[in-house]
Amino acid sequence: MSYKDVWVLSEQEDGKIKLVSYELLTRGRFLADKRNVKLVAIILGKSIDKEGLQELIYRGADKVIVIEDTSLEYFLPEPYANTVTSLIQKYNPEIIIASATTTGRTVMPAVAIKCITGLTADCTDLDIEEETGNLIQTRPAIGGNILATIMTPKYRPQMATVRPHSNKPLVPDNSRTGDIIYEKVDKSILKSRIKKLEFKINQDEDANIQDADVVISGGKGLKKEDNFQMIHDIAALLDGSVGASREAVDLKWATYPHQVGLSGKTVSPKFYMAVGISGSVQHLAGIKTAENIVAINSDPEAQIFQVADYGIVADLFEVLPVLTKKLEALKQ
Amino acid sequence: MKIIVPIKQVPETSNVSMDPETGTMIRDGVESIINPLDLYAIEESVKLKEEHGGEILVISMGPSKAEMAIREAISMGCDDGILLSNKEFAGSDTLATSYTLSQSIKKFNPYDLIICGERATDGDTGQVGPGIAAWLDIPFTTYVSKIKEVNENSMIVQRMVETGYEILEIETPCLLTVVKEINYPRLPSMRGKLLAKKKEIKTWGPDDIEAKRDYLGLEGSPTRVVKISKPKVSRGGEILMPKNESELDKAVDGLIEYLQKKEII
Repeated sequence: MSYKDVWVLSEQEDGKIKLVSYELLTRGRFLADKRNVKLVAIILGKSIDKEGLQELIYRGADKVIVIEDTSLEYFLPEPYANTVTSLIQKYNPEIIIASATTTGRTVMPAVAIKCITGLTADCTDLDIEEETGNLIQTRPAIGGNILATIMTPKYRPQMATVRPHSNKPLVPDNSRTGDIIYEKVDKSILKSRIKKLEFKINQDEDANIQDADVVISGGKGLKKEDNFQMIHDIAALLDGSVGASREAVDLKWATYPHQVGLSGKTVSPKFYMAVGISGSVQHLAGIKTAENIVAINSDPEAQIFQVADYGIVADLFEVLPVLTKKLEALKQ
Repeated sequence: MKIIVPIKQVPETSNVSMDPETGTMIRDGVESIINPLDLYAIEESVKLKEEHGGEILVISMGPSKAEMAIREAISMGCDDGILLSNKEFAGSDTLATSYTLSQSIKKFNPYDLIICGERATDGDTGQVGPGIAAWLDIPFTTYVSKIKEVNENSMIVQRMVETGYEILEIETPCLLTVVKEINYPRLPSMRGKLLAKKKEIKTWGPDDIEAKRDYLGLEGSPTRVVKISKPKVSRGGEILMPKNESELDKAVDGLIEYLQKKEII
């Protein structure tokens, strides 16, 4: 069988294309150009915003395949996995990538099994091997201690999920053109043995650390729960979200959605500040794609300083009050 | 309730050291432990058994020493364990691993629930849980942070996603992967430890699970690790070590300038 084209699995919420899907197009465009093939965006939903579909083209796709059905309004593993599988079996893409979001990391493993092919999780780099045209997939493993390069030489499609926010979307190019095709799938594959009863939005606004531009994180160095408030104060002054190390979460100073690191969330903010965090490999792996990293820690040997762009080796209880005062003064 | 918990034995990686030459992990003296995220799956299964009765079977694929992980799970309250260990299983990626585990689970039909940890801390893929469900063709969901209700033919669970929580009703038998928010894993009891010590753990190979040979081990694994390298971590940033109050003040001023330069404030 011949396999062709690069596919990206786009995501939507309430019919609006998510930002991560535009980021994913950047990765897909790079691979499609290297393979000299088309980049196809796949999107499932109930009623998807037309402008968003056009923007998929403007931001890199050559073609968009849309599947609309009430049973695809929001993510449910079975109808989503079955629909993507049936499209793959119809068109035989060579490569299919998805964002390593809760959706991507749930649907892709099921699709890979149905297609009996390889899937590489949470890649931070994707490329094409010149000689073979195979997809080169690079990802951190063993708690971020190693980078593993993985290939899927004999099975197709080659599948990978890509760490969200590990790259930027392309600037929209309104002169780009491409087809937007509405496909139908057999109703029988859209059945779900799971029903969504309710959705509760996270009330804890500053816990949305994955999408935040500024994340201020606190760790064990804060010594007690009450002191963790200082992190919230700095975050508020910088319009940022609050992160926490695993230790701080284990000590209940912050809840699990705030946890940064491999066993928590990966963040890629414009600015990340680690306060009283020594920087375990797991934590460092979770902040690697942050643009600017500042660390405050009293231990000059703390690993966090290795990744910091700016660091202050001092008692955080001396630094934070000064910093808070100066930031407050600037605000006025 | 009949609950199956697939677990993995992993190297203790929280304080791992790496060989700077080869970029590989120094395995000497590295302890093998139950994947820390599997402890939440074990704990949840034990809680369900305490509330609803039933039995818990632990399954692990790995070398013969993975039996230790199974015994530890039994000491926490699981009832039985099966070790899948055979040279034909070696080199399995997530496709082959989920196939092998699912074949062994078929031997325990009917069951009500399979609970997995979110992912293993060594491979970090989180693909084996959903993979098992796909092979077995049972409903599944991931990132479960609470089991709210257990009914005759369904369960109501809370799933943690980026922006909040989904409340889902899922038909049983089903598979759930759970996150650490779900519970606090207990320590093994003295009685549990004694039970675990005496327990006979069966070891199964490909014939015992009626596996198709070409789906097993390295042969049945589509992915190949072609290179291992050491991530570059150092950014070579400016690190200040203020010795007194005025130096500290200057260091903070430097931080503010940095924020202004990067247009964060």
